[in-house]
Parts: sequence; structure tokens; C-alpha cells
Amino acid sequence: MSEHGTTETGTIEPTSEERLSIADVDWRRVSPKYIVVDIVGYVISAVMTLGAASIAAYFIGQPLVWMGVSVLAVIFLITILLTPRRVRSIGYALRDDDLLFRRGILYQRFVSVPYGRMQLVDINRGPVARWLGLSELKFVTAAAATGVVIPGLLEADAEELRDTLVALAESRRAGL
Amino acid sequence: MTTVPDTGFTDGEWHRLHPLTPLLKGGIAFVAILGIIIVNLRDIVIEVVFGEFEGDTEPLVWLLESGYLWLGVLAVIVGLIVFIVGFWLSWRMHTFRITDEVVEVRSGILFRTNRRGRLDRIQGVNIVRPFLARLVGAAKLEVNVAGQDANIKLEYLGSAAADELRRDVLRLASGTRVAAAEQAAVAELSAGEGVVRSGLVEQRVTELLAPELDPDLAPPESVVNLNLGRLIGSIVLSGFTIFLIGIIVALIIAATRSPFFLVGFVPAIIGMGSYYVSKFTRSLRYSIAGTPDGVRVGFGLLSTSNETLPPGRIHSVQVRQPLLWRPFGWWEIKVNRASTSSAQGAAGQANTTILPVGNLSDVHKVLALLLPDLTDAETTALLERGMTSRGGDDGFTNSPKRARVIRWFSVRRNGFALLPSAVLLRTGAIWRELVVVPLARVQSIALHEGPVSRALSVATVRFHTVAGPITPTLGAIDRAEALQFFRDSVDAAVLSSTSDTSHRWRSTERA
Repeated sequence: MSEHGTTETGTIEPTSEERLSIADVDWRRVSPKYIVVDIVGYVISAVMTLGAASIAAYFIGQPLVWMGVSVLAVIFLITILLTPRRVRSIGYALRDDDLLFRRGILYQRFVSVPYGRMQLVDINRGPVARWLGLSELKFVTAAAATGVVIPGLLEADAEELRDTLVALAESRRAGL
Repeated sequence: MTTVPDTGFTDGEWHRLHPLTPLLKGGIAFVAILGIIIVNLRDIVIEVVFGEFEGDTEPLVWLLESGYLWLGVLAVIVGLIVFIVGFWLSWRMHTFRITDEVVEVRSGILFRTNRRGRLDRIQGVNIVRPFLARLVGAAKLEVNVAGQDANIKLEYLGSAAADELRRDVLRLASGTRVAAAEQAAVAELSAGEGVVRSGLVEQRVTELLAPELDPDLAPPESVVNLNLGRLIGSIVLSGFTIFLIGIIVALIIAATRSPFFLVGFVPAIIGMGSYYVSKFTRSLRYSIAGTPDGVRVGFGLLSTSNETLPPGRIHSVQVRQPLLWRPFGWWEIKVNRASTSSAQGAAGQANTTILPVGNLSDVHKVLALLLPDLTDAETTALLERGMTSRGGDDGFTNSPKRARVIRWFSVRRNGFALLPSAVLLRTGAIWRELVVVPLARVQSIALHEGPVSRALSVATVRFHTVAGPITPTLGAIDRAEALQFFRDSVDAAVLSSTSDTSHRWRSTERA
């Protein structure tokens, strides 16, 4: 494939003997701008959840409920603070016969999808992502569990990737 | 022109369904309504004749008194005509055709629908004969393609025509040339001609009593004989029964305090009874046999169902042994498949249950039908170890000892084996289970590691297949082994999906 704009390549942090890692894979990473998209999403859901919980806690008036709300707030805070690392852990690689996808730090997930298994490719853009010029690419197979969603791709990259994937799938077409 | 059994349906022309279709589909209700009206009229006639009106406010009586009788009669007649014309029209407009490439149905009077399925995408062909339809010699044929509610229904066809049509559809789907199919059909016809014309009643009776597998295609014997005792035993020793016993105990305890409270549970008890009965009758006359066009599963006593799964349509197979079945050595086989049929399977379960209950030798026979690649002696032994082995070094790569924390009893048994065309996942020491995933059908493969697994240096491998009762997952595998397994099975999956030709299962033979 040709140049991929600002999409970074290389190893993904953190790697160590004590973690899952697949050797000899040249991972492509998603745009760092995706961190903003992710954080905005978490902040919105944090505000809504904590707002609702606070109102409930105010009317119940029990200190224990307020404890619960603050625990929730801490969890949200940690999640938001870890976003940059989590986004850095997202990677994909186009190998000879399959698309390899990874994400997650605490819960690591690697998925390999043979190109011939592609049923369709979706490109989605949320409002914040669109403002930053990012797209999300979804690779759909006949199995719902596949769940390969590559977020934070530059729009041009996403479209190029889609075309590449479709072409690859066409050349390796298989039944169900 | 319509459904004469020896008309070839596969000539690419449009054909109609069985003439009794409207009656079987919705006409029964209409007949019932008509019956109610007639019964009502009879009462009125009696009342009129004996001249004793009781001043009823019934609409029919009111009509009679008010002198608008002719209007009422007219309305009924018009209604009748509209009904009959409607049914007749819907039958006229409901046509289907089968070409070399597709099976197509068009129907509807005002809102036309047209459904077309590609023959090489067929996931299964199902013939269902509800009791009433069986009595008049009709059958429902369902061609399943992948997807939710993606069935092409031919409702209803003549019983013999349905069998013939299924054979032709499967033959076309298999990639055999049409000419060869026609030759075979002609030979078939001349052979069976003398039998069919022996009186309508006799024919009905023969069809009603005939075994579900039509003898010219399947080997006449089902490979598995489900004996009555085992069937009853398997139903009684189910998880539902344990649940039921729990409820009954709770009820008895409650009833010692206030017995009247039990009355409210009578409908529930009747419901449970009918659950057992229907489960039982649906599993009766179960049969499974291999045909050149796939595995054929039939069952049912009054309403029968008979389904053919062409080769390469099975996305994963699970052999499972519920705890209560263990003393008897019984197993159950389920599959994942890409289509969902509206018809239920054996034992009133979803039609993903291929073998409701069977012993080890039954399981081997059924597995040989479902997975024809895995029939050599070595693999059969491996499969058996996958089911019954207590674990250890027996061809499977098992969990490391340190994984005992998350696999208390099954750590020795929990493992995998990678064959060239399939993976075997063995789990559970108490609820024993073996999942076989044909690699040519795997959609994607995932490798997971969460915090607990990481602390133990183990990982989880998941095989993604089409949705179904089985989720092929194997956890608690040594990290390095899991990585190697992941890589190897990815390579094997790519390799077997490119070499797989089962969507046109006969084309290779002929070429």
C-alpha cells in the first residue's frame, strides 16, 4: 500500500515478555487526534451519568450513595487519563492473507480476519471525529463477534483502506 | 400445469403451488367462522319454526325482524365472494420458478413481493408436513439461505412433488450439470410410475406411513435409532426437570401454609406437562442419514419435518454431555449454521440440535456425517478422547497446571488440537464438551488476555463463526502456546477456505 499520511507505524507500547504480543508485525497506528474524540465521548457520558447519579444521591441524602458517586467519578477520571495509552494500543496490519487488528491494554484483544471473509466495509463519522477529519472503519464478516472497528483514521486513509480491503477481498473470495 | 407430481419444476418456467394452499394456510379459520355462522343460523331457524322469539338482541335476529334480511344476506354473499376470489387470486399470483441459478418466488395481490435466492448459497432445504397438510398430501418446502428470516417458502406443494423438488434443487445447487440431472429424473420416473397410480386413498395412507427419508436418495436406514427409553430418559433428566423439582418443592412448602394458593398454578402445571409431551412427540421417529447432497435429519410423529443440510453448511459442531446424562453415557450434538428456519427442530428445540440424545457410537456416526473430513481412525480416536478423556497427554494441548485457579476441575482436560481442516476445543470436566470448528468456515479468530489471565500467563482463543448456540472459545491456554495456536489456525483457516469447494459440492467430482 502507498503512503498513509500521518498514520504512524511501528511497535506499540507497552511490550514485554509478560504480555501478549505478536512478533514480526508492522502495526499501523491510528491518528493521535482520535484521543480527543475518545475523551470527548467519555466526558459527555461522565457528565450525564454523574449528573443523574448526583441528583439521585441529593434526593436520597445518604452519605453512602455519595460515596458510590465519587467512586464512579474516580473510575471515569482514570478511564479518561488512560485514553492516550489506550488509543496508542489500537493497531492494524494488512498481512498477506488477513487483516490483523489489536486493541486494549488491560484487556488485550487481537483479531485476525482473512480477507476473503469480508461481507462489507462501513465507514462512519461521528460529529467530533468529522470536525477533526477522522473516520471509523468497520470490517463486517458473517460473524457478529468479529467486531473489527478501526477508529481514528484520516478520511482519505479510511477510504483508501476500504478500497484496498474490498480489492483484496475480491481477489480472495470465499463462500460463507 | 400446476402440481402434478411428475412435472419437472426445474425447467425455469413459473409454476403454481398446491391448489389446496389457501385452505391450508388461512382457510381453516375461514371455515371455522363459516361453521359458527351456520350453527347460529340453525338456532334462528329453529326459533323461527317454533315461533318463540325471546327478544334477543343478537344481530342476526335483529336483521330478521327489521326486514333488512336481504341486505344482510347480500353482505354475507359479497363477503364470501371477496374471500374466495381473494384466496383464489392470491393462489394464482403466488408462483415460483427454479432456474439453473436461482429459486424465485413472487406473491401478493396488491403488494407484490419477489424473493430470489441463489442456488449456490443454499444453507439447507427443509420439508415440513404439518398434520393437517399431511392428511391431504401436501408439504411445505423451505429453501434456506444465509441470514435471519432468509427463507424461500413454497407453501404448499404436493407431498411427492416436494420430495422431487428438493432433490432437484439440491442437484442444481451441487453444481452437477442439468442434463445429468434430467437423465436421472427420467430414469426415476419410469421406475416409479407403476406405484403412484394405485388410488388416492391408498396413496395418502402410504405417504402418511412412509418413513421420512425417501428411499431412492438416502441409504434406507437412519444411522441412529433413538429408542424410546433413552428418549424419555433424556427428557426427564434435563435441566428443566431440576428446575421443575425445585419449583415443586417450593410449592409444597408454600402449600402447607395455604393450600388454596396451589389452584393458581394449575395452568402452569398443564403447560409444563404439554412441554414434555410436545418435546417427546417431536423427537419421535427421529432419523439422520447421509445423502450425496448432505445430511438429512427427520423427525416428528404427527407433524413431520425433514431437513437436508448440504455439505459445507455446518459452521461448528458441539458435542455436549449434561451432568445428569453422564451415568448413561448420553451425548447431545448441536451445530451452528448460517440460516434460521421458521420450523423447529427435534425435541421442539431450535433446528440447530442435530442429535437430541445418543450414545458414543451414535455420536461417532453423526460426526462422521457432519464432518466427513474427520473420519479416519486416528481422528476418530482423537474425537473420542476429546469427549471422554480425563485429560493429560493425549493429542490435545492442555492448560498449564498454574491455570487451576480459573479451571478448578478441568485444568487437565481443557485443551485444543489443531487438525489440517478443523480445530478441536475440549472443555469441562463436569459438563463435558467438545467443539469442532471446520477451519474453512471460520470467519475470524481472536486472541484475548485480561488481567487475571495475564497474572497467570495464559490467554483465550476465540473462533468467530456465524451466530448460533455455540461460541467456540478456549480459555486458560499457556500464553506462548496460545500465540502459536492463534498463528497456526489463522494460516490453516486461510489455506482451507481457499481450497474449499463445498458450496458446489459435486462440481469437483464431475470435472
